[in-house]
Amino acid sequence: MLDMEIALLPAVLFAAYQFGMDAIKVMIASVLASVLTEWIYEVCLKKKARIANGTAVVTGLLLGLTLPAGVNLYVPIVGGIFATLVVVLLYGGYGQHFMVPALVSRCFLLISFSSQMTTYTVDGISSATPLAVLQQGGTPDLMDMLIGTTNGCIGEVSAIAILIGLAYLLIRRAAKWITPLVYVIVFVGYLGLFGGHGFDMNYIGAQVLGGGFLFAVAFFASDLVINPKTALGQVIYGVLLGLLTGLYRTLGTTTESVSYAVICCNLLIPLIDKFLPGKEKEAA
Amino acid sequence: MKMNKHLDAIYNGIVRENPTFVLMLGMCPTLAVSTTAINGAGMGISTTVVLILSNMLIAALRKIIPDGVRMPAYIVVVATFVTLVDFIMEAYTGALYDALGIYIPLIVVNCIILGRAEAYASKNTVSMSACDGLGMGIGFTVALVVIGLIREFLGAGTVFGIQVYEASSVFEPIAIITRAPGAFLVLAMLAALQNKFKMKSATNGLNGTEEKGCASDCESCGGGCQ
Repeated sequence: MLDMEIALLPAVLFAAYQFGMDAIKVMIASVLASVLTEWIYEVCLKKKARIANGTAVVTGLLLGLTLPAGVNLYVPIVGGIFATLVVVLLYGGYGQHFMVPALVSRCFLLISFSSQMTTYTVDGISSATPLAVLQQGGTPDLMDMLIGTTNGCIGEVSAIAILIGLAYLLIRRAAKWITPLVYVIVFVGYLGLFGGHGFDMNYIGAQVLGGGFLFAVAFFASDLVINPKTALGQVIYGVLLGLLTGLYRTLGTTTESVSYAVICCNLLIPLIDKFLPGKEKEAA
Repeated sequence: MKMNKHLDAIYNGIVRENPTFVLMLGMCPTLAVSTTAINGAGMGISTTVVLILSNMLIAALRKIIPDGVRMPAYIVVVATFVTLVDFIMEAYTGALYDALGIYIPLIVVNCIILGRAEAYASKNTVSMSACDGLGMGIGFTVALVVIGLIREFLGAGTVFGIQVYEASSVFEPIAIITRAPGAFLVLAMLAALQNKFKMKSATNGLNGTEEKGCASDCESCGGGCQ
């Protein structure tokens, strides 16, 4: 899992630059909460401690990166505990979980602490995220979004940092490549056909670069565990992800809903694996 | 365990075959009205009253009701008592009645009641059926109150409606717990704890499971609970 941590490093460093201490505190809190939860659970149940392999760190880090920087510290702590304990450990530990823990936890927090979770601040000043600007009919600056000097969740602002991470994962073969590719193609195609703006570069570019879409492509759709086993299954999974994300983005009431799209599709993976031929090539 | 058979029937309903945590019956009211401990208690007590009365009447009529029409007959009996409880609650406990809303008339289709009528009252004497109804009712009430307590403490910061802590920068109630997903989470956690600590119950495979309640014959239940 060290690959994952290295891949997240650009996003983490950029977040520290863009949001300062707030972001660092949120990330540390969620990582500590995840790791301690796993450690306490394993000690209490007298299981072999497995925190050394670093999966809990990755979960905590991914969760921290999907939160806004200005949240109170109990938000990442509650989120880290929920992600590790409920989504992973109670289902049998890492490798047995069937949904992306960080995203489930993010949705849990989004429903629980909705006002904090949708207030984005940079250096204590809150402003609209690029997606909110887009929804109100404005045109956000694509160059800013590419570099990341905009507003949003901690890890999602800089497209370049995320893409560096994805490239690293692909080079190390620590990521599936079919799902992310199909995901992007279907999402762009959907927006072009049904987004209401045609294939307008500004509109589609802002949708792709804005919000959590790229982050989800790079770190959630490419997940090695939570992905269908066959190539065809991964194509179907990518199509579903793209369609749902597009639907939620264009018709949903909230500005950001990639996380809902991803966890909905997570639930369909066992079904995809079950109904496609050529399965059971590898153990679950 | 030498216990009076009546007491044993009550104990059976509260612990060994707890309708909520073991038999998994009556999930709809459990999930919907356990938002606070007081709502849970109100729902539990009104269900208990209906359960005892309908169990007694069905047990008394068990040799008269023809087998082919037993389900409609049970429903008529249960609906009668639910209507009584409904009117009494509307008259004397207005606030609770408003809080529970549609879930009071829906006690008619609560599977605990039909399940016990089918599995127990139709085969046992009036006094035993009354004890079974009492036990099941207490078990249901206790479960709802516990779930309600946890949900209102975590989700709204109150205990029995009294504010214990308020939203601050240190901690804030977790709002999702008072919503539907929170009901599933809390119920699942409690059922898991009950399993983990191997409390003697029908599903934990300990002896004394000659009577399995509704859990054993879903085909003939008709409660539609699954």
